Amino acid sequence: MIKTTTRPPTSGLSSTSILEVDALTKEFGGLTAVNSVTMHVPERAIVSVIGPNGAGKTTFFNMITGIYAPTRGSIKLAGRELVGMRPDQVTEAGIARTFQNIRLFSSMTSEENIMVGRTCRLKSTFVDAVLRTRRFHETEAEAREAARVMLDFVGLSKWRNEIATNLPYGDQRKLEIARALASTPKLILLDEPAAGMNPRETEDLKALIRRIRDELGVTICLIEHDMRLVMTLSEYITVLDYGTKISEGLPHQVRNDPAVMEAYLGRGAAAGEYGKEEAST
Amino acid sequence: MTVANANPPKPAVRRPLVKPDRTALLVAFFVVTSVLLLISHAPDVMRNLGPFGDVLRNKVVEALIVSLFLANVLFAYLWKAANWAKLLVGAGSLLVVLPWAGRTDTSLLDLSIQIMIFAALALGLNIVVGLAGLLDLGYVAFFAVGAYTWSIFASPRFGEVLKYYGSNPGTTGSGTLAIGLVLTAVTAGSMIFIRSLHGRIAPTRASNLSFLIAGFGLLSGIILVGRSILVLFAGSAEAVANGINPGFFWLFLALSIMTAALVGVLIGLPVLKLKGDYLAIITLGLGEVIRVLANNLSLYTAGSQGITPIGSASVPWFNGLAGALGFRPDQFYLLFLYVLVLAVIALILLVNVRLDKSRIGRAWVAIRDDEIAAQAMGVPLMQTKLIAFATGASFAGVMGMIFAAKQTFISPESFNLLQSITVLSMVVLGGMGSFSGVILGAAVVTLLNLRILPGLGEASANVSWIPQEVNPANFNRFIFGSILVAMMLLRPEGLLPNKRVARELHHEDDQEDESGDGNASGLEAGGDVYSAGFATTKEDDKTGGDR
Repeated sequence: MIKTTTRPPTSGLSSTSILEVDALTKEFGGLTAVNSVTMHVPERAIVSVIGPNGAGKTTFFNMITGIYAPTRGSIKLAGRELVGMRPDQVTEAGIARTFQNIRLFSSMTSEENIMVGRTCRLKSTFVDAVLRTRRFHETEAEAREAARVMLDFVGLSKWRNEIATNLPYGDQRKLEIARALASTPKLILLDEPAAGMNPRETEDLKALIRRIRDELGVTICLIEHDMRLVMTLSEYITVLDYGTKISEGLPHQVRNDPAVMEAYLGRGAAAGEYGKEEAST
Repeated sequence: MTVANANPPKPAVRRPLVKPDRTALLVAFFVVTSVLLLISHAPDVMRNLGPFGDVLRNKVVEALIVSLFLANVLFAYLWKAANWAKLLVGAGSLLVVLPWAGRTDTSLLDLSIQIMIFAALALGLNIVVGLAGLLDLGYVAFFAVGAYTWSIFASPRFGEVLKYYGSNPGTTGSGTLAIGLVLTAVTAGSMIFIRSLHGRIAPTRASNLSFLIAGFGLLSGIILVGRSILVLFAGSAEAVANGINPGFFWLFLALSIMTAALVGVLIGLPVLKLKGDYLAIITLGLGEVIRVLANNLSLYTAGSQGITPIGSASVPWFNGLAGALGFRPDQFYLLFLYVLVLAVIALILLVNVRLDKSRIGRAWVAIRDDEIAAQAMGVPLMQTKLIAFATGASFAGVMGMIFAAKQTFISPESFNLLQSITVLSMVVLGGMGSFSGVILGAAVVTLLNLRILPGLGEASANVSWIPQEVNPANFNRFIFGSILVAMMLLRPEGLLPNKRVARELHHEDDQEDESGDGNASGLEAGGDVYSAGFATTKEDDKTGGDR
């Protein structure tokens, strides 16, 4: 069953890291997309990875989730090495993700989408399915229950039997998050969850992300361009530029880091008033 | 969104349709077509009907009557009617009227068996292509594997093989049998061990290499064991001069399933890393490889000469039953195969439906919809695709065996590329992913190829005003092709579309509307564009490709 225990919100960062990325590097031929990036994500934290377009953020995520094999470096989830695992094994190990461009299963209903997200926790086999054993019925019921709980959690119960891609845009984003959560992850990676959302939808999303952490106890790591969202939501921020980590720290530290302003706005603007304004919006 | 679609979308497919009850119509249709079928397949009766009998004897008319009769089953499935009527029509058509009409015209039974064999093939390919979205152009290879599995043993070939090994024993004997057994056990054990190890630690180059070496060891062990057994049993070549005991038929039904599934896995392992066109081309090639193997392994397959005669099961009790029902002894066998095929296809359909509504079925559709997302959601790609391949292959395998037993002759030419294409056209025509659809597709294509088009040719050959050059008999493939093209243009989702596929096609229509709308700009750019209802199903390389 899905974990729905309510835990009190954390105040401050926990000291233990759930995810430890060390000296992670990815080279595509001569191009170094990610260059020796180290990042430790504290348990039950909300952290962000930011950086200008092409900074290597998505490549970074793709390595953590096993889609790309890193050239060098190590990724440990709760002490367990993930490098060398297939994406589905990484998911089973406890990292779920959403995609920058929504990737819902377009011929399935919302419920079925979430049931697929539950796949790696279901133990029924081919033979169970053909013979309709008790285990089959149990796992089907479990998947359905997971879908119900998750749809409730993100507030999409009314769309249960609607084709996923017919949902309004913001709800599709939420559904993707629900699908990822159905695998009861320890850590969820959100790749630009607010992309294309209007301010009201973004506020909804912010509340949802907080609830994922507070109510489900899932650690959150997101890539985001919406600076207001990043600055108000994140407890810790890592900044990438040209594949290299140029800054990290608490939101106000990152906001005032000249290196970050330079990366976003160029050398000249970094010193001026304009830069401060832009970075703080 | 277009103006017309501005409200929250409620696709038309989901509107509750109030279907009229058609019980009476169904029963009436059943009675009429049954009577027509029975008359048109009873020469004695037709002779007494004068001109009406002549009309019924016309090949086209006869083909149409058969088609209409088979439509009974379709209507019983589609129409809203009382359950007793559906059961009566379905069971009555397939279990009573059809065999009964086949009593006077065995070609009808032959045709029905052919349709069902193709329906099973279409159902198997449907799992691979329709559900899992893996385009396989070499599907007939698995059919061939099933057919040869039985044919080699149930024909004089087996005696020939034993004789060959009897006269060429080499160094093989009981000693090599022992060595082979040990080798097989050890290598299989180590492969299982490495597999379990990979479950716990990430695979390294050394562990992968040792797995491969163990695999080769296993293969040589199996070959050694097989060869030794053949040599040791060479003495009994005379005893199996006409093939093994027909009692083994039932064992081989299971064996052909397993062999075909195994070949499915072996072919799938190297090729399923590929996608789309690449997969299609390599499966096409491997399908041909199986056919060429059948052609060249002439000791076992008799090469292009083909294997004949192929034995079959002997079921005395069934013969007794058929005799009591008034069938002639030469029809017993065909009737038996008819009932067997009917049972097998019912079983296949059951397996299909159950798999579809399970974790595995959802995983297949997820892979078809979006492979990367499916894997990121924890669907093991390779394993899931292999299950699809092996399941599809096993259906083909069992039907291949029944096909061989029915034809009593097979040669590599029975398994050429055209067969794969034909089965694929059944799946596409019927509706990818829809079980009822692909069965209908199989029936339509088989009827077209075996009855309607030849009947059309035969009927028009005697019509004086049709010149020989444009006689439809010479244009069978052309007409068939035109029908396919027309279908794809008019109804791309197939005759009886799968709900998902239909929804997807509708969805894509919506999307086209949207992109013509101007509003859709900024779709991919992100930013703060308010974009309700937008979705992109396009592949995006940014999110990663293959590993």
